[in-house]
Amino acid sequence: MSVIISDQYFEPWHMISEHQQKSELASQFGATATFVGSMRDFNDDVEVCEMVLEHYPEMTLRYLEKLEHDARQKWPIIDCLIVHRVGHIKPADAIVAIACWSAHRRAALDACNWLIEELKFKAPFWKKESRPDGDVWVEHNTAG
Amino acid sequence: MSIQVKFFASLREQVGLSDITIEQASTAAEVWDLATSKQQQPDNLLVAINLEYAKLNSPVNDGDEVAFFPPVTGG
Repeated sequence: MSVIISDQYFEPWHMISEHQQKSELASQFGATATFVGSMRDFNDDVEVCEMVLEHYPEMTLRYLEKLEHDARQKWPIIDCLIVHRVGHIKPADAIVAIACWSAHRRAALDACNWLIEELKFKAPFWKKESRPDGDVWVEHNTAG
Repeated sequence: MSIQVKFFASLREQVGLSDITIEQASTAAEVWDLATSKQQQPDNLLVAINLEYAKLNSPVNDGDEVAFFPPVTGG
């Protein structure tokens, strides 16, 4: 189980693959569910050149670890990886990656879906977009 | 008594403070009033006490860290 918050560019698929390859429990994995969220170069039909992702460091780490713990209570997850970027982000960069491993597909799929929804609406991160006409705080998430 | 107060994101810019220490308060709402000189609270204001979500009427104690922030937009 890992939670990583980083201000560095990351390759989500590489991190997920590497995590699985290094897991001592890999022989128990029957299903892997993943979610990767990336930065778009538009929002509300307006161009977005760059983004700064702010967070509340101590609370964010604690909250993501709590989500991971709660997911394990709800579903028979064997392993889990949550990676979230902060700081300056460019279009097409990965912002978040979540992977859940379980013996069977339903647990992995449901846990991964639950984790990204909980993260988006409760973990203390905030996006500020750089647009041609100035910087704008994102005020709410999209519905899905 | 000492309470650390933090503001994040758009709220930090609106209030004009990132952090401040106040000496006396009984609830998070009172912390807001003292830290911001009674600026109007946004409708969607969120509060955390010691890194856990709380309510504006939640009690605060000596040594607590109280954070105020807008709705979150990560992921």
